Amino acid sequence: MQLVFILEQVLNGLLIGVQYLLIALGLSLIFSLGGIVNLAHGAFYAIGAYLTVVLTPTIGFGGALVASPLLVAILGLVIERFLLRRFYRGDPTLGLLLTFGLAMVAEQALRMAFGAAPLPYGIPTWLRGQVFIGDLIYSRYRLSILVVALACVGGLWLLLTRTSFGRVVRAGVQNPDMVAALGISLRPYMTAVVTLAVGLAALAGTMMAPVTGVQPAMGAEILTFAFVVVVIGGLGSFWGVVLAALIVGVVRGLTAYAYPPATEAAVYALMVLVLLLRPRGLFGEQIARFE
Amino acid sequence: MTDRFGDSLSRRNLLRSGGAALIAPVLASPALSQGQSDVIRIGHLTPRTGFLGPLGEFAVQAAQLAVEEINASGGISGRKVELLAEDSVNPQTASAKAERMVQRDRVACLVGEINSASALAISQVALREKVLFINTGANSDALRGADCKRFMFHVEAQNTMMVRAAGRALVDKGLIKGKKVYALTADYAFGHDLLKQAKKFFAANDATIAGEDLIPTELTDFSPFLLKLRQGRPDLVICNLSGTQITNFLKQYSEFGLPYPVAGFGFDTALAWGAGPGNFLGTWPVIWHHQVDSPSAKKFVAAFRAKYKKPPENQGWGDYTAMKIVAQSMNDLKSTESIKIVEHLEKGATFDIAKTREGYFRPWDHELMQEMYAITALPAEQVKNPYDIFTATGPLPGPGESLEVLATTRDENACTFPA
Repeated sequence: MQLVFILEQVLNGLLIGVQYLLIALGLSLIFSLGGIVNLAHGAFYAIGAYLTVVLTPTIGFGGALVASPLLVAILGLVIERFLLRRFYRGDPTLGLLLTFGLAMVAEQALRMAFGAAPLPYGIPTWLRGQVFIGDLIYSRYRLSILVVALACVGGLWLLLTRTSFGRVVRAGVQNPDMVAALGISLRPYMTAVVTLAVGLAALAGTMMAPVTGVQPAMGAEILTFAFVVVVIGGLGSFWGVVLAALIVGVVRGLTAYAYPPATEAAVYALMVLVLLLRPRGLFGEQIARFE
Repeated sequence: MTDRFGDSLSRRNLLRSGGAALIAPVLASPALSQGQSDVIRIGHLTPRTGFLGPLGEFAVQAAQLAVEEINASGGISGRKVELLAEDSVNPQTASAKAERMVQRDRVACLVGEINSASALAISQVALREKVLFINTGANSDALRGADCKRFMFHVEAQNTMMVRAAGRALVDKGLIKGKKVYALTADYAFGHDLLKQAKKFFAANDATIAGEDLIPTELTDFSPFLLKLRQGRPDLVICNLSGTQITNFLKQYSEFGLPYPVAGFGFDTALAWGAGPGNFLGTWPVIWHHQVDSPSAKKFVAAFRAKYKKPPENQGWGDYTAMKIVAQSMNDLKSTESIKIVEHLEKGATFDIAKTREGYFRPWDHELMQEMYAITALPAEQVKNPYDIFTATGPLPGPGESLEVLATTRDENACTFPA
């Protein structure tokens, strides 16, 4: 096998990994700050994709790339304000049931509104075509979304590490009681985190709409892998999740290339291996209240 | 936390939720409590979620339309037809639901399915309970051969018929003889069977296989395989995928702009519609499409469009046709008894199946003998609406030929029904 093909396959894996990453980062943030395992996170990815298809005829793909994540983020804000908020630090089973229910409602609502068949949608003409670098041929669209996604991840990292907002969020993950003792209410931060996380999931949906089937179950399909990424990366660790997403993407891609039937199994084998060697995940931190 | 938990388990709440649990099933199944004998129930099972879900939706919509039409024209011997439609999910669930429909709901027959493995599971229940099952979407040759059952009939074409229908069009286009083919195949019963039939066709028509991959049905990213295609440089890509896999493949194939012609031996138009104009490409077989030129096809398309605001696709045709065949047979026989219908169909009863020629079931393997079509994608600039995105051949077999020329012979796919 030529080196250039391996390189391309690594690129393919990275692209998939980056989509997992946009979803997994949100999942990880919501869980580590609010204690809620958000099973509805995949639904926001699907809603983002559907909204993109609906909005494109009027505002174009460029417009939808901005508008769709924003609108879904507002939906996330409403859901946080009226539903999720009631379940922070409560019995985790209740939050699990709530978000599981939300995920089913969302999937069925999409099915009722748009039908079960995939909606026709393709890459906008201005992003079609291939990029040639020597022997390497790559889809221009995939390179573009790789750049956008990496920019978002970079932005999120800056937000979490270089701003006062980020400091409070990180403190809230480690010790919410201490944050409260300092007179800071975590509520508005939680609202902001959920809104941001939901927006990122919708952005992933928007970017994948042209290259994957826009159909009601798309959210459930990607959610499982996003969870695997969070588990492998380790709770509360930004770079752990980033690294895990990229590893999972590349492992999936390379296995699909070398031996397709083992594609899914390879990801779970990787998870088992990581959990055996590092039970808290790659860079998982010790968070007192989850131990 | 503990407080909240304590609250939620108070006696009052417990009573409330217990009461709700008792009432819920009553509300959910009112049909059971009324009119047991003056309706004829037909059980409909097909996958409505998962990668075949998009096709299942067309199946259910078409079956409902057929029932409305049957009831509007007087029902079956004056009795109304009631459709019990459920998601068959997977072979285990399909089997359990089929059994429940027969034993508890007393359905007169079972109709539906797309997944070959689930169809096999239902056919086992049908045989055991001696209830007619009409398969409307499962293609594997094995269901008509080694796994054939006396109580199972097939409106859907077998894989060999699909391969030979598309194969004719491909040979005409000069894409087969002496060419190198790369085959991508869905990794489950249907795909394995289709690949087997495809290989026989290639061998018989002087084509060689340059590469092949089995692709898990849950895989949504095809980039690794597109890369392999580029390395393999085949003369033709054969895509024997299934359900939403086809949509994903078409979108990504056109994204990477590979130059090789594409064709496939298994197909459903809803998946081409899902890929969209410009992404859909290649030549494919279909058992039916919405542009078929016959009076009953036009009537079906108009009724479906009026009800669902979109044209029906081939899976919808299968379930609509099966329901009509059941109703017509029961009316002709003035009986709903499965064994009588089986004998009636085996005697060669003919049916208007929304095509040019009438169809009939072969007595020895229960396959519906019928015309098929091969469709080829239109270039994006010639597409005027999201549905008319292909051109079709005339009926295959052609007007002068026997309807049986595309199907397997007894020697190729033997079936015996134990007495």
